[in-house]
Parts: sequence; structure tokens; C-alpha cells
Amino acid sequence: MMWAGVLVACAACYALKLAGLSLPARLLEDARVQRTIPLVPVALLAALIATNTFSTGHHLVLDVRAAAIGVAVVAVLLRAPFLVVVVSAAATAALLRLL
Amino acid sequence: MSFGAISTAAGLSLLQTCALSVLMFTGASQFALVGVVGAGGSVWAGAATAALLGSRNALYGVRLSSILDRSGLRRLLAAHFVIDETTAMAIAREAPAESRFAFWATGVALFVFWNLGTLAGALATHFVPDPKVFGLDAAPPAAFLALLAPRLRAREPMAIAFAAGVVALVCLPFVPAGVPLLIVAVLVAVFGVLRSGR
Repeated sequence: MMWAGVLVACAACYALKLAGLSLPARLLEDARVQRTIPLVPVALLAALIATNTFSTGHHLVLDVRAAAIGVAVVAVLLRAPFLVVVVSAAATAALLRLL
Repeated sequence: MSFGAISTAAGLSLLQTCALSVLMFTGASQFALVGVVGAGGSVWAGAATAALLGSRNALYGVRLSSILDRSGLRRLLAAHFVIDETTAMAIAREAPAESRFAFWATGVALFVFWNLGTLAGALATHFVPDPKVFGLDAAPPAAFLALLAPRLRAREPMAIAFAAGVVALVCLPFVPAGVPLLIVAVLVAVFGVLRSGR
């Protein structure tokens, strides 16, 4: 099941990349498409941040992950590299659990 | 590295983790799939989210199609490398030959390092019994934040991001895991189409 989902997702992502190179440009140069698609990652990434930080299963929770994302926000504002942002958040959560 | 670590911590096997980096090769979508699975969602909800996040690569392809070969096997391979970084490097050059070179050089280099990093990260956490001890459950949201930040340079995307986060949390207790993301995707698509129709 996991493999099927992984492979279908890979195929879908490749198809989207190839579609951009192959389809007639006018299909994707439509103003609505051009202005809507860039909004999708903004909304989805924000939703992923919210759900991965403030929930466990079907419950809203406030735990050390909230502090960790706070540290990540600071790291992003300081223009830290990707890996530093991720590691600082993980380290914050790990340290707070030790306390 | 962080992708490999997060993916195996989310419950994907070493081979599945590496397959994602080799075959999907678009960071945000990969993180989304394992983020949904790690939070208890079905792999299909994760796959749908990954595909939705991959839609922007189609727009990059349109901008790159004038630079890259329009036909043949080369285009099939080039398509695999159509991602944020290669597009940014290619369109930053004026001359088509330089653009082409920037695209391929960035694509090949990133592909190699991304996959080596994935393997290293996956191996590192493969043998960790409880990922929570290393705070690995806090790593996915931080990764999403780092991916989101460069897209928030204006007021509108900030407002959309905030609204999307709130909507996802409000839906979360009532629908299967992963589905709040799909609801958010539908809403933002409707918003985008309505707004540009005006």
C-alpha cells in the first residue's frame, strides 16, 4: 500500500513536470492558472506547518513542538540555511523533553 | 539529509525513502508526503498533497520550454529536473546556451547531493528506536516553514498562509488525517480563480 502510494505520487509529480514542458503554452498561460497555482504551495505548506505542529491524530495539542517551531521562525528570520532551521527545531524539542 | 531522517522517522522504509528522492525529486512534495504519513494520514492523502504541491513545476516547465529541447529523450530527462532551483538558475541567465548549461549543471549537482543526503539521513535514523527522543517530530513543520518562508514576501501570501493554517486546524478533528490539506487546496484554488476572474 505504501509502495503504491509512493510510486503513484512520483508518477504524478513527473507527469506535472513533463506537462509544463510539453503542453501548448497557451493552456498554462491562462491568467487564472498563472495566478492560482503559485498560491497552492503557500496554502498547503502553511496548513502542513499548522497540522504538524498543533495536532496529534485528531486532537489539537500544544506541546514542545510549538516552542520548536518558534525557534524555527527565529532561524528563518535570521536567514539560516535549511538544515540549520530543521536541526534547531528538532534540538529544541529534544532538549525540552529532557527537562 | 533532513528529508531522509524525517522520512524514515515517519515510518517509510529506507528503500521507499530513497525511491522518493530518486523518482519524485521535488523537495516540497516529498516532505509533504512523508509529513502526512508521519502525522497518521493515509499514503493516498500524502500522495495527493505531493501532487498538488508539484503543480507549480508545470508552470516552471512553461518558462523553460523555450530554453530546453522541445522533443526527444533529452526532454524526458530534462523534465525530471524541472524544480525550483533549476528554474531559478536557468532564468537568471540571458543567453539560451548559458541558461541551458545552468539548468543541467544545477539539476545534476542537486540530484547527486540530494540523493546522497537522503541516504545519509535515512541511514542515520533507520536505527533510532524512538524518533521523538531526537525531536524528529518537530523537524517536519520546521522544514515546511523553511520551504514556505521565501514565498511570503508580500501581504497577500501571508494572509493566505495564516488563513490556510487556521482552516486546516479547524477541520482537523472532524475529517480523516491528511484531508484538511485537500480542503485547504480546494479553497485556495477557488479563491485564486475567483480573484483573477475579476
